[in-house]
Amino acid sequence: MEQPNLSYIHSMSGGDKAFEQKLINIIKEEFPQEKQAYYNSASAKQLKETAENVHKLKHKISILGLEKSYEIAREYEENLVEGNTNLENEFNNILQNITDYLEQL
Amino acid sequence: MNCIIIDDELTARAIINQLCASTTSINVLGEFSNAIQAIKYLNQNEVDLIFLDIHMPDFTGFDFIETIKNPPKIILTTSDPQFAIQAFEYSCIVDYLVKPITIERFNKGIQKAEAFTKVTNNTTADTPEESEANTDNHLYINIDRRLIKIEIPSIYLIEAKGDYIQVKTEDKNYTVHSTLKKIEEKLPPDLFLKVHRSYIINIKKIIDIEDNSVLIKRDVIPVSRSNRPELMKRLNLL
Repeated sequence: MEQPNLSYIHSMSGGDKAFEQKLINIIKEEFPQEKQAYYNSASAKQLKETAENVHKLKHKISILGLEKSYEIAREYEENLVEGNTNLENEFNNILQNITDYLEQL
Repeated sequence: MNCIIIDDELTARAIINQLCASTTSINVLGEFSNAIQAIKYLNQNEVDLIFLDIHMPDFTGFDFIETIKNPPKIILTTSDPQFAIQAFEYSCIVDYLVKPITIERFNKGIQKAEAFTKVTNNTTADTPEESEANTDNHLYINIDRRLIKIEIPSIYLIEAKGDYIQVKTEDKNYTVHSTLKKIEEKLPPDLFLKVHRSYIINIKKIIDIEDNSVLIKRDVIPVSRSNRPELMKRLNLL
């Protein structure tokens, strides 16, 4: 599985280390909340709300440089809008991948 | 340019804030996690540019644009490239940035917003706008990409409103992105007089003058002490 990275954050920070850390802290704070909201809606089978939550998580996935994962998330969001949960397991694996990465930052 | 950021995601707001800080021409006045808060702010404050997320719960970016009167320039920020076509339906939208936003793409967006401002300030362009040369007895103002001809004698009052001016004519009122100074240069000085820092009047339309105010149509306009002698001089006093 592809590994998250901080390339994007480094590229847009202009070398501002304080900002990089601030952004990482924000992601570490916001990602678990968004992930929990996603799991809540997914377990309640609220597909529209789940799609909204996937949409929100997509930005974090792209910020962490996960290009293939982003494509899976995009497709999963479309599936949810169309009423099916195909790619749910793959998406959940992406979330776990990010969780593991953020824990070691 | 003074701007605000509207995005329900804190991470996105932090990134846009940082990108704005990297350019000297942008001053962030505020950031909002939902469109309703931003509308309340805009009712009290004027901004030149809004970074607007499309995909927000309850009230989308497009709902927001439809709601506000005279929207300033807007740069859409979104993870949804599919909304680009819809974005072109709005003359106030100057660019469309797909997240994650890179510095290069952000700078290009700012250049577009600045170019948009220059065009509108120099006489023609988008959104509720501005005046064109007065060679005859008329001028043109730009409203939503349409140049509308106004007969100068029909103008009875021009009022400054922040970055905008309101041009009142016999038939209709127009809100234009311009300044009193600019429009004053286009108007015949024998017909128009600046009586207050916020008002230019057509002196032929004055109904009466009382103390430090004039009545034009139904508008009572203050006359500043320094401008009163010139006004009195220009009137055909008995």
